[in-house]
This record gives sequence, structure tokens and C-alpha cells, in this order.
Amino acid sequence: MRRNVLRHNLLTALLLGPATAWLVVFLVLPFVAIAVFSVGERAPEGGYQAAFTLTQYANLPARATAFWNTMVLAPAGALACLLVAYPVAYYLALRAPERWRLILLALVVIPFWTSLLMRTYAWMYVLGGRGIPALLAYVGFDDVRLINTPGAVLLGIVYGYLPLMILPIYVSLERLDRRLLEASADLGATPISTFLGVTLRLSLPGVMTGFSLVMILLLGEYLIPTLLGGGKVFFIGNALVDLFLQSRNWPFGSAIAITLVLVSVVVLLVANRISTRLSGARRVDLI
Amino acid sequence: MRAFVVAVFAFLYLPIALVVLFSFNAGRHASEFTGFSVQWYGKALSNPFLIEALKNSLFIATTSALLAALCGTAAALGLARVGARTRAIFDALLGAAIVVPGVVIGISTLVALVQLFGVVNPFLASLWPNDQPPRLALGYGSIIAAHGLFSMALVAMIVGTRLGSLDRNLVEASSDLYATPLTTFRSIVLPQIMPAVIAGFLLAFTFSFDDFIVAFFVAGAQTTLPIYVFASIRRGVTPEIKAIATIVLVASVLLVVLAQWQLRQRKPSN
Repeated sequence: MRRNVLRHNLLTALLLGPATAWLVVFLVLPFVAIAVFSVGERAPEGGYQAAFTLTQYANLPARATAFWNTMVLAPAGALACLLVAYPVAYYLALRAPERWRLILLALVVIPFWTSLLMRTYAWMYVLGGRGIPALLAYVGFDDVRLINTPGAVLLGIVYGYLPLMILPIYVSLERLDRRLLEASADLGATPISTFLGVTLRLSLPGVMTGFSLVMILLLGEYLIPTLLGGGKVFFIGNALVDLFLQSRNWPFGSAIAITLVLVSVVVLLVANRISTRLSGARRVDLI
Repeated sequence: MRAFVVAVFAFLYLPIALVVLFSFNAGRHASEFTGFSVQWYGKALSNPFLIEALKNSLFIATTSALLAALCGTAAALGLARVGARTRAIFDALLGAAIVVPGVVIGISTLVALVQLFGVVNPFLASLWPNDQPPRLALGYGSIIAAHGLFSMALVAMIVGTRLGSLDRNLVEASSDLYATPLTTFRSIVLPQIMPAVIAGFLLAFTFSFDDFIVAFFVAGAQTTLPIYVFASIRRGVTPEIKAIATIVLVASVLLVVLAQWQLRQRKPSN
């Protein structure tokens, strides 16, 4: 008996060993490393010098523009994504013909797994001088500038992250008990109040998941602001690339990265809280 | 509503379609289509730097996806055997590996590895006083490990979900009929989770092959295809990029479709 327990534990350890090692060496330790760096000082030749100081954090306002752009455009982008994604998810889950549903869903997922770089490049090309502006010039609107504006970045964000927003909303709508919709209509609710009181309400956990996921990924976005924002609209991601690969101020970059992670955690916690509260309220309402 | 959905699908696919169309443009310029030609494909495939970057990407994606599929599957199997608390810790770590932005994974891995090499390399040098000592540096290994982190977590989650829906009765029936645990695993569990493992592998491959930001930090002197393409885009658009973008897009689409198809495979009867 005892030997069996031993064997069971040994096998479990063998199965989990490689994953544990991987997680510790390439997730936990690196995180500890940047946490340590963030309270250090920049060595004169770049890189790191051991210290214990909060100078780097006090210096965060030096990159206020990057924080500001990210903190404005990430929620705005997630919101824009949501506004476009909701009707699509609604149609796929509740209106689309059965045999088309999976095909349409696959068509939503595929772009997400194809290269973001290539897809953003496509928009660079569409919005750039030879794309839409050239067409507009053809019909008489000269000098329209689309690329390298916040609008272009926002468009790229919606384009890049739309599938990630559609999926969770679709899942929550698809699980929705259709009888509730009928019950609501039978009890004399107008379609609009059925939508607001039942459909939208019950899909809010999906909305929160999508919103927080997109928002967190946007906080670390680099490619979209670089390619569609030119040098003009830069995010925290751009600041990090600059600090780590060009100006080699690693301690300051680490402080920014830690701040970024903390903001992400706060976003996740808030979204989680809202979701729990909403689903709690939902249970009470239904009984 | 239908019109809106159609418009959204057009929005999703038109820019990609334009890139594909203009990759066959005979002219150099994007503003007009001057005739059908595959010359940019020829140019792309005869560019030695591009081919080198493509080979690197294929090697890195294959290796990291294989390792991720193995370790991720093992982890999912292991997690089915541990208590709730251990499981919660692992789930949190795996979730973090997926959710933490790529840019943070990239820089933290860079920082940690550079520190580590700073300690290990002098030590190695002291062991080889006369010869050329082996030196650890950023390159294939660091990209594979950093990509594998995300991919392994992804595989563990996909396989874990599949394991959760596995029919326990079959496993019990198998052991009641005196099958050894290994036989039960081989003939009951493995066939049922295999589609999830393959789907995980394919998604891991696609992720690694497409990733720019993580590799950008930890690549050292190596170049992957996305890094090469990014550099070319910044230097000014070259028509070859459209050809290579088309090839990559088509390959990614095929892989994703294959992965989706695998995930939807019915569990084998009998």
C-alpha cells in the first residue's frame, strides 16, 4: 500500500516536473529579476547597478505621455471593440442559421491566429499614402492624412483584437436559456426591455471577460502603435522597447514593467469583482 | 443586423485580401494593379536573409511547440492527480503565463537570462582554462524557452479541459477488467486527449511562428521571420513583404483550420 502511494506521488512529480521547472525559471524568476531591478540604479554604461531605492518609481512621470496614451487608448480601444463585437456575437449566437454558425465562428477565430504583424501591415498599406488617401484624392479630397494618427491606432486595435472580444461574448450568449427570452416576451416586455433586462444582463460576464482580456493585452501592445501611429502615438510598450533595447536604462524599464503588471492585475481584479457581483445579482433575480 | 455582420466580416478580411491581391501585382507600386505576376514570390524566395529568417522561425516554432505539447500534456495529466490547493497554484501560474503581456515576458526573460549568463559564463570559463570555453548567449534557446512558456500553458489548458470531460466510467471499466494503469492510459485516455494535444501543438506552432514582441527582446543575434519582416517594413515597404505575408497568412490559416478540425473530432467510439 505504502509503495503504491509512493509510486503515485513519484509519477505525479515526474509529470509536473518539467512544467514546474519551466514556470519557475522562465516566469517566476524573471519576474523576481525585474522586481529587483526596479529598485536598483542604472549603471553608468547602461544596465544595472545594485541598490535599494524608489528613484525609478518616482521617475515614472518622465514617461507620462506613454502612460497617458496607453491609459486612454487601451480602454477606448477595448470599448470600440466591444461596440463592434457585441452585435456580431449576438447574431452568431442567437440569429445565425444553425449550419452557418460554426463556419462563421471559425471565420472570426482565424484572423486572431494569423500574424498580427502581417494584419497590421495590411492596414498600414490601406491607410498609407497609396491606399485610401489616394482614392480620396482621386475624388477630390486632397491631403487626407490617416496613418500615424490616434484614429489609425484605434482602428488597428479594433481590427487586431475584435476576435478576442467576440468569442467570450458569443460563449455567454450561446449558453443563455432561450426560454427566458420567451418568458420575458410573454410577460409583456418589449423587445428592447427584454434585451436590456435579460440578454445584455446575462451576457455581462462574457462582456467583462472580453473587455478585461483585450484591455490587458492592449496595455502591453507595441506593434500597432509603432506601425500605425508612426513615432507620434506611442504606448508603454514603445517606452519599454526604447528603455531596454536602445537607451539601456534597465532599472527604469523594470519599474515601468512592474507598474504595467500591477495595472493589469488591478484591471483583472476589478473585472472579476464586477462579474461576480453581476452573476450574484443574476441568481437573486431569477429565483 | 445582418448587414452590420457582413460589414464586420468584410472589415476583417478585406485588408488581408488586398495584401494577397497585390502580392501578385506585376508593378512595384501599390496604387494600381498593373498585371498578374509571381515575380515578388521569386524575389522573396531568392533572398538569402529572408530564407535564413524563415528557417530559423520554422526550427524555433517546431521545437518550442513539440516541447510545449510534451510538457503541457504531462502537466495536464499531473494536475488531474493533485489536490485542490496545488492545482490552484498551478492554474494561477499557467494563467499568468498566458495573460502577462508579451512585452513583459520578453523583457523579464531578457533581464533574467543576461544576469544568469553573467554568473555562469565566468564559471564555465574557469573550468576551461586553456581551451575556448563554451559561452551561453541569447539565441535559439532563449526564444524557444520564452515561446514555450506561453505555448505550454496553452497546451496544459486545452488538454486539461479535454481531460475534464473524459468519461470516467471508461477508465474505471478498464481497471475493473484488470488492465494495468499503463494499458488504460494507452488505450483509453491517450486516444481521447490526442486531438487536444495535436490542436495544442498546432496553435503553439502558429503562436511561435507569428510572435514578434517576445522574440524581439530575447533573440540576441538571431533573426526570426517576424523580426525580419518588421525590420523591412520600417526600412520602407518592399513588395517582397506582400509575397511573404501571403505565404505566412495561408500557412497560418491552414494550421488553425487543422487545429479547429482536430478539436472538433468526435471521441473515437469503441
